[in-house]
Amino acid sequence: MELTPDETTLFTVWGIGINETVGYTWIVMILLTVASMVITRNLRPDVPPNRWRTTLEVIVTAIQSQIEEISPRSSRHVLYFSGTLFLFIALSNLLLVVPGFTPPTASLSTTAALALSVLIAVPLFGITRQGIGGYLKTYVQPSVVMLPFNIISEFSRGISLAIRLYGNVMSGAVIAGILLGIAPFFFPVVMDVLGLLTGLIQAYIFAILATVYISSATAVVGKSLHKEKDK
Amino acid sequence: MTDLALIAAVSILTAGLSVAFGAIGPALGEGRAAAAALTAIAQQPDSASTLSRTLFVSLAMIESTAIYCFVVSMIVLFANPFWDQALQAAQSAAG
Repeated sequence: MELTPDETTLFTVWGIGINETVGYTWIVMILLTVASMVITRNLRPDVPPNRWRTTLEVIVTAIQSQIEEISPRSSRHVLYFSGTLFLFIALSNLLLVVPGFTPPTASLSTTAALALSVLIAVPLFGITRQGIGGYLKTYVQPSVVMLPFNIISEFSRGISLAIRLYGNVMSGAVIAGILLGIAPFFFPVVMDVLGLLTGLIQAYIFAILATVYISSATAVVGKSLHKEKDK
Repeated sequence: MTDLALIAAVSILTAGLSVAFGAIGPALGEGRAAAAALTAIAQQPDSASTLSRTLFVSLAMIESTAIYCFVVSMIVLFANPFWDQALQAAQSAAG
């Protein structure tokens, strides 16, 4: 049984083997980019919005309102970052229904890369909001004793992000594979439907957790409380 | 009992045990979380959307501990490093 699509080589270019993870990641990227470019090509006030543009607007507005609920007054860059994460993971999990397609999120490499990008983005957002000193001060927040624990929690949240997404997507594939051997006609379909649901929920959770981490890093601890008290 | 048979037996036993024990805690936790959310929705149906969103997120966070155990058992079963090592040792001893 295969636990990861990293092992399967899709095709070879100039002696470099392109495995399934990389190839299908490219397919997802191409789908997202080309679809967005084609839909927003005629983005002028005098052109009435067609149904595709409306669909895209509904998706983007929904992501925006979800982020707004978690962290009010967040910058637009959070929308770009978390929205991209959500769209990428959701599309690669939903493409599970296409025969022959292995979701790139079923490989630990992809999910580790996504979690790494979150780990790098959190300090970046924190530093741009409150400066290097202000961000580093959040590590010794209750007291200096908490410094090692804060650092450990930073790494453990990255590991848990990666393993959670990988385990969920991979377990769906493994269970469908096992059921294919036991009850081949009906139950794998049911498990795949369940896999679509878990895939969407996991994409949502990944994006939500990234937003929560970013908003906790960008929250100015002392000042915002005083401002709200003054009002 | 040869080394290979010993490693296989221990791996299978450990995989089963880790999934079994790893499922107990999250199952209890998810049951409690879902029950609390249902009570809250019954008391305040207006905030059902917020409650169910929070419920989904917390369920997935609770479930992730079970998923960790599952990943560990899958590694033990299908990607066991000691198995490959013992297999190579047995092959070099035989050949």
